[in-house]
Amino acid sequence: MTKMPNYISTTNACKLCKPLGASLAFRGMEGTVPYLHGSQGCATYMRRYIISHYNEPIDIASSSLSEKHAIYGGAANLKQGLTNVTKKYQPQMIGIATTCLTETIGDDVPMIIKEYKRETEAANRPLLVHVSTPSYSGTHMEGFHAAVAAAVDQLALSPAVTNDTVNLLPGFVSSADYRYLQEIMDDFGIKTTMLPDLSTSMDGPAMLEYEKIPGGGTPLESIRQMGGAKATVEFGRTLGKTRTGATVLKQKFGMRSHRLGLPMGISETDRFFACLETLSGRTTPAKYADERGRLVDAYVDAHKYVFGKKAIIYGEEDMVVGLTSWLAEIGVTPILCATGGRSGHFAEAIAAVTDGVLAEQPKAYEGMDFFDIAEEAETLGPDLLVGHSKGYPLARKLNIPLIRVGFPIHDRIGGQRIIHLGYRGTQQLFDLVVNSLIEKKQNDSTVGYSYM
Amino acid sequence: METTALKERETQIYRKGESTFEITCNKDSLAGAVSQRACVFCGSRVVLYPIADALHLVHGPIGCAVYTWDIRGALSSGPELHRLSFSTDLQERDVIFGGEKKLESALHELIDRHSPKAAFVYSTCIVGIIGDDLEAVCRRVTEEKGIPVIPVQSEGFKGNKRSGYKAACNAMFRLIGTGDTSGISKYSINILGDFNLAGEIWMVREYFRRMGIEVVANITGDGRIGDICRAHGAALNVVQCSGATMDLANMMEEKYGTPSMRVSYFGIEDMSEALYDVARFFKDPDIMERTRLLIQEEVQKIYPELQKYKKALTGKKAAIYVGGSFKAFSLVKAFRLIGMDVVMVGSQTGTTEDYQELEAITDPGTIIVDDSNPLELTSFLKEKEVDVFVGGVKERPIAYKLGVGFCDHNHERKEALAGFTGMLNFAREVYSSVMSPVWKFVPRNTKGNDQTFKR
Repeated sequence: MTKMPNYISTTNACKLCKPLGASLAFRGMEGTVPYLHGSQGCATYMRRYIISHYNEPIDIASSSLSEKHAIYGGAANLKQGLTNVTKKYQPQMIGIATTCLTETIGDDVPMIIKEYKRETEAANRPLLVHVSTPSYSGTHMEGFHAAVAAAVDQLALSPAVTNDTVNLLPGFVSSADYRYLQEIMDDFGIKTTMLPDLSTSMDGPAMLEYEKIPGGGTPLESIRQMGGAKATVEFGRTLGKTRTGATVLKQKFGMRSHRLGLPMGISETDRFFACLETLSGRTTPAKYADERGRLVDAYVDAHKYVFGKKAIIYGEEDMVVGLTSWLAEIGVTPILCATGGRSGHFAEAIAAVTDGVLAEQPKAYEGMDFFDIAEEAETLGPDLLVGHSKGYPLARKLNIPLIRVGFPIHDRIGGQRIIHLGYRGTQQLFDLVVNSLIEKKQNDSTVGYSYM
Repeated sequence: METTALKERETQIYRKGESTFEITCNKDSLAGAVSQRACVFCGSRVVLYPIADALHLVHGPIGCAVYTWDIRGALSSGPELHRLSFSTDLQERDVIFGGEKKLESALHELIDRHSPKAAFVYSTCIVGIIGDDLEAVCRRVTEEKGIPVIPVQSEGFKGNKRSGYKAACNAMFRLIGTGDTSGISKYSINILGDFNLAGEIWMVREYFRRMGIEVVANITGDGRIGDICRAHGAALNVVQCSGATMDLANMMEEKYGTPSMRVSYFGIEDMSEALYDVARFFKDPDIMERTRLLIQEEVQKIYPELQKYKKALTGKKAAIYVGGSFKAFSLVKAFRLIGMDVVMVGSQTGTTEDYQELEAITDPGTIIVDDSNPLELTSFLKEKEVDVFVGGVKERPIAYKLGVGFCDHNHERKEALAGFTGMLNFAREVYSSVMSPVWKFVPRNTKGNDQTFKR
């Protein structure tokens, strides 16, 4: 289903542009500087947008094209920029993403890079990975997955040497999520290459020396060996035929891949843990069985506070699918699932995760903006909004709680430290949702109850 | 310490006292240097953005609109159309077949929905390439809808932020001269270059009201199309943030003979000077007397508390990196007023004259820099052992990561820093960052006594 009614203009978009996603993905690779081939503004705007969420430095280089380059092509600037970034940052890799400008003027980036390699000495040159990310097709999520796919495609050694690792491709989640996923994999005893890994590079400690390129990120050597892994696990029910890291691995190395939904809520997390049990040959470690047990206990303790509450869930497609699966399983009624993306698989994924749980399917619309969402909200009368911070004006207007999840969170601190995934993340989000509803009820009451 | 500046950038950095003053500026950012600058579109967007009863439609792919959605603290006393982010969200087929039809339909749809007083249509990079004829579309819609629909030539790559300011001024200039100027006092001004962050223009307007001076148009904080249309009826243009709106003042002077003066509302010294300059212009003893009393009263109100901050902050070091350098002049003076030393000052878009003035008012050893970047800025912060860094959102994590205090003086701030009250807010904000007890934990102050910084 697409958005309805179908307006021509977009007001307060519920998506970001493709190069932003690519820049973030590259930032999750070891020693890598993201580099946008376009005009200076793109890099600066995206840095500002990302900084307001993470409160972390993010240097995104730009080829800073000006008018004459737009006419004669941006090759010279692209090359000069690569040289300058190399000089100043001494990166192991530069992740080059295009923008609408350079796609439209028709710069052939792979060819320019080939020329650059001929003109420079390999010893002094970082690895160069490039991805095509015109912002007029797809959202930041397509950009994110495309950058991951490009890194795998251009770095993984072929023929591969068989090894006993598992590739984990979580998509775009919080820094705390990447940390937690790594912990889970470690506890299962599974040697893992997680791509990307923003756990440290976008949530680092206070430093004595400014790190030109923050530590952390997926080791490049591990990416090189990905083709020899025993399997790949990838999150994303709406990915469809999108070219992703997993599809590249399958195509080039015939690798087995497990595509799962983002592990949010018990049902989806159980699927993930079942997969890990199979891959590791071990049962779920007691630590996680306990986390699950406590979560079930909490579900029971608080089930009445949430039952029948109507939620509007919006944001990136796979995040919304995961949230919907979880909210449905605790008795919340998702009434509208909205995304700015247009994968074509959104409604079917929503149906798949709510099938047998909900009596009635929620509306699930692609291509939505906040004007559309607000219009729908008027008739739907939601009790809460679940999504990133851009839903705040609507939540304020409706005087209902906003549960801040995902990206961006521009009006609170610590967005990168929210755990969304697994039993642990679900526990935190569950407490947050329940307490927000209780707080609303308490504040709206004239009595001033001190037990709720 | 290794050299942190690329060779090509060395002439854009000057250390006062080391050689005769010379600095290169107003040139394109160096590829790969990670400039803190934005683009032409950004320049236009910041200037026009606060006009609250206009439709601001960004013609391009979604990014340009979504990254500028409600990012500024420009307040409105009435309509808030400026806080919405409108885009044509161009798709691949539009890029191939042209976006004019989509633009025209979007304009109709949005004008019908919101009944704005005018519409600004911003070009983005891609529009400059696919060759949509914005003038033609805007002309047609103007005729059909009966409101001014004005194209803004803000293709991102066609120059830098300054070109964007110019494009914004050109767009506004089309409106000026179309309104009725009857009834405007001979003691009247337009306020140019204040964007009403955290209600600043309301404070400044209140000062002028007390002086007996009428403000015709706010350009552009809490701005209204109707006021801008009759701005040519004012006797004087009072221009702050001259980089952004001086072009408009110059165009108005040429066509309507409106004189202009440059002012700044930051810090006691510059704020007072601004009001006195305006009072002197009108050569009216009553206005002058009221101005004198106003300043006396306002300074008295804030002085005692200011002294408290000065006592605590004396001898601390400050670094400044802002968009336009005119603001930097005021900041240098404001820091002096609270006893602090400015050891580094720079801007994204300063001119040679601006940097000359900075050189004149700063102490020996001060680093002056044009169009800097994170690596240079961090090296300056460390070298000068800075206590507080003044900048915008992009500079904040640079300071914080190194355990340096920070004060947001950009368009996204929520604290009023202009006017007399603003000086107090500024001192309070600097104080609350510099004096925080958290710095004792950061690596630069524990040097080896903990493990956190070793990686």
